[in-house]
Amino acid sequence: MATSITVRLNDSDVELPAGATVQSLVEHVGVEVRGTAVARNGEVAPRSQWPETRLADGDHVELLSVARGG
Amino acid sequence: MEDPLVIAGESFGSRLIMGTGGAPSLDVLEAALVASGTEITTVAMRRVDPASAGSVFDVLARTGVRPLPNTAGCFTARDAVRTAELARDALETDWLKLEVVADERTLLPDPIELVDAAEQLVDAGFVVLAYTNDDPVLARRLADLGCAAVMPLGSPIGSGMGIVNPYNLAMIVERAEVPIILDAGIGTASDATIAMELGCDGVLLASAVTRAEQPVVMATAMRHAVTAGRLAARAGRIPRRRHAEASTSSAGRADLIAPVRGP
Repeated sequence: MATSITVRLNDSDVELPAGATVQSLVEHVGVEVRGTAVARNGEVAPRSQWPETRLADGDHVELLSVARGG
Repeated sequence: MEDPLVIAGESFGSRLIMGTGGAPSLDVLEAALVASGTEITTVAMRRVDPASAGSVFDVLARTGVRPLPNTAGCFTARDAVRTAELARDALETDWLKLEVVADERTLLPDPIELVDAAEQLVDAGFVVLAYTNDDPVLARRLADLGCAAVMPLGSPIGSGMGIVNPYNLAMIVERAEVPIILDAGIGTASDATIAMELGCDGVLLASAVTRAEQPVVMATAMRHAVTAGRLAARAGRIPRRRHAEASTSSAGRADLIAPVRGP
């Protein structure tokens, strides 16, 4: 079994240990959690499920936060 | 005189909703939000930029202004619904300014995608404030399908052209069963006043303040403009007349003709 996976995060590739979760990815990036949301392969990954949501090699993750606009 | 704006059962003392887009800095934005007196402000969902210093979230926390996430930049119902779900997760609010535009050049709402998205989001339990064209039929359809507020444009986003079709706006207001909030196109204070005089329940604006030469001063102007327009609408304006009508009674006027005396 591979020891690492590569996920597409926004516009760049990120290498993570196999078994990484959405929670560990968010911590890896180091953003503030409040006001942040994650889409995994086009679907919302609810914050309450970040610790259990495992990422797979090749996943496409969009990490979004509240920004000025509108 | 209590006259709250009520949306989906919640009351707001200010009838001005300010957007956060276009401000030159977070400091200016914060000062403008405070000066505007707004209690609700729109925010967007965008990719995280770890390099950016400070956050609009801090501004909201300090000012106590409630965030209203939007779906700015969405061109399809699918994108808008996904963005709404992400915003709900990020901000823990069901409230949403729904925006589905047709193209970059006009930023005009795409009515087909808009209605589709509004239906899906209302069904999913969102409190939808729908940004729409100044089309009375479309406005009614959005209200009928359960939108909490309908927000017709005065003119295209960021154009500052004011209310180009006051007749349509008046028709929308006349038939309204949900709050009507003029959204987009405001250029200066008088535009906001006209919207309120036409019977709108509120005004949403961003660029008119954030891109003004002095945003904080313009925010203050907008606060007064919306209040003035609301009061004028409630007071009931005089009818327009073709000819003058003296405001001073002619009764009791002095006779200033000199008497004619003998030879």
